[in-house]
Amino acid sequence: MNRYTWRTAGLEAAMILAALAFAFPVYILLSLSLRGTGDDPSLTFANYGDAWQQANLGSALLTSGFVTVCSVALVVVLSAMAAYPLARSTRAWSKAVFLLFMLGLLLPFQLALIPLYQTMRDLGLLGNPIALVIFYTGLQTPFSVFLYTGFLRALDPGYEEAALIDGCGPLRAFFSVVLPLMRPITGTVVILNAIFVWNDFLTPLLYLSGTEQQTVPVALFGFVGQYVSRWPMVFAGLVIGIAPVLVVYLAMQKRVIQGFAGGLKG
Amino acid sequence: MPALAFFAFAALVPSIQGAGYAFTDWDGISPELTFVGLENFRELLEDETARSALLNTVLVAAAITVVQNAIGLLLALGVHARIKSRNVLRVFFFAPAVITPVVTAYLWKYLYAPEGSINALLGAVGLTSWQQDWLGDADLALWSVVAVVIWQFAGYSMVIFLAGLQSIPQEVVEAAALDGTGPVSRFWYVTRPMLSPAMTINLMLSVIGGLKLFDQVWVMTQGGPGGETDTMSTVIYRQAFQFNEFAYSIAMAVVLTVLVAVISSVQYRGLNRSGGAK
Repeated sequence: MNRYTWRTAGLEAAMILAALAFAFPVYILLSLSLRGTGDDPSLTFANYGDAWQQANLGSALLTSGFVTVCSVALVVVLSAMAAYPLARSTRAWSKAVFLLFMLGLLLPFQLALIPLYQTMRDLGLLGNPIALVIFYTGLQTPFSVFLYTGFLRALDPGYEEAALIDGCGPLRAFFSVVLPLMRPITGTVVILNAIFVWNDFLTPLLYLSGTEQQTVPVALFGFVGQYVSRWPMVFAGLVIGIAPVLVVYLAMQKRVIQGFAGGLKG
Repeated sequence: MPALAFFAFAALVPSIQGAGYAFTDWDGISPELTFVGLENFRELLEDETARSALLNTVLVAAAITVVQNAIGLLLALGVHARIKSRNVLRVFFFAPAVITPVVTAYLWKYLYAPEGSINALLGAVGLTSWQQDWLGDADLALWSVVAVVIWQFAGYSMVIFLAGLQSIPQEVVEAAALDGTGPVSRFWYVTRPMLSPAMTINLMLSVIGGLKLFDQVWVMTQGGPGGETDTMSTVIYRQAFQFNEFAYSIAMAVVLTVLVAVISSVQYRGLNRSGGAK
């Protein structure tokens, strides 16, 4: 079955055609973003400069970066620490708390969105990226706890027991023994959460509306609304907005794909 | 447990609050609430917009689930075969899934425009009669949006199927081949049953994703033309933040929650039965 036959070649050709069809929209995106305006249709990077300024993308990238980094860091540390006792303890409270987290997997965030909006307003956090960090941390914790707990249950407790016997405190055993052992699943948690947070649109649309501080998707939304007829510049803005994710994806494609595929198998 | 605190503050407590508000006349501002029982839900049932949004949401979720997973499975089988370009192709097919949905939505809005690339392409190959106002036509708009979601996430389904395929021991498939089974029956009787954990995960993801659909609709059509592409999420957003009908909007969110919870628990059971929970 491992021979490369004419049939395989046919399949290969069909798959390459399909891939080109898949990539066609992205080709349009790139080529239009490089097109000159008016009478000069030659290739130009001018659109990128215009979009950068008009859409205030520098500040949007900073806000998105800040929110993504803070949320993901919090999610990783908190979920890993929460999952550890949940995976190791067999007491009733541990099961109850785990079930509570699993309930969180079922709740669509649309339900919490509006009451939380009011709470954030009362706390004066509306328009502040911190509100997003809090929201994402809370929202993404259940899934990450789920992933970490599943991973830890399969992990041999012998390592940390050995560390404890050698006179290491429980906190130190966690940070210097367990956390490094969890590196593969941490990679998955980081990738899934970072891409989710970076791409999310509805939450920042609500919580940061009417302020100067926008995340990239919301900044693009406002920008396109304003300049809808200048597609080349709009597309340049879109390319800038997705560039960070695409660069990370292309640089670490194997890891990213594994993260998406493996994370969901728990 | 600080994790629990964040989770409770950002998701659990507001969800419970939300569920409570659904039975009141809350307007989002005044602290005085009157209990109105099922009034909001009755209003929902009688409201044409809400009913069509509910129907659209279910249709969208069903269409995405079936088509996206069918394409995803075909792509997975394709890149699992011994073709030379499989690694590169995988990167291509999955790429749309990491792109911000707002961006893909704008991109497709441009492609779909009456003067856009799709109609130009159809014109170029002489299929002028196939040219459409993809997002402006009331019968077509919803399916145009669905097509974008499928284009974006078929690679995601592919990746999960691929992981399933790779976990199937090669000997089993080869043994079946030696016994003289053809490729189709080999897939149906050997590969397919062993893919059922991946299938369940994919079904769950695409159903839930479809039920919650917001970004693509909001960017491409804002629910138009005439509410033809409204989903539950766009109605929730519009009612709450444009019309200040908070209680009504939350009642809608409760309906969505129940829908998601029921479907995912049914599927979760299926997942456990197929032994794929781990």
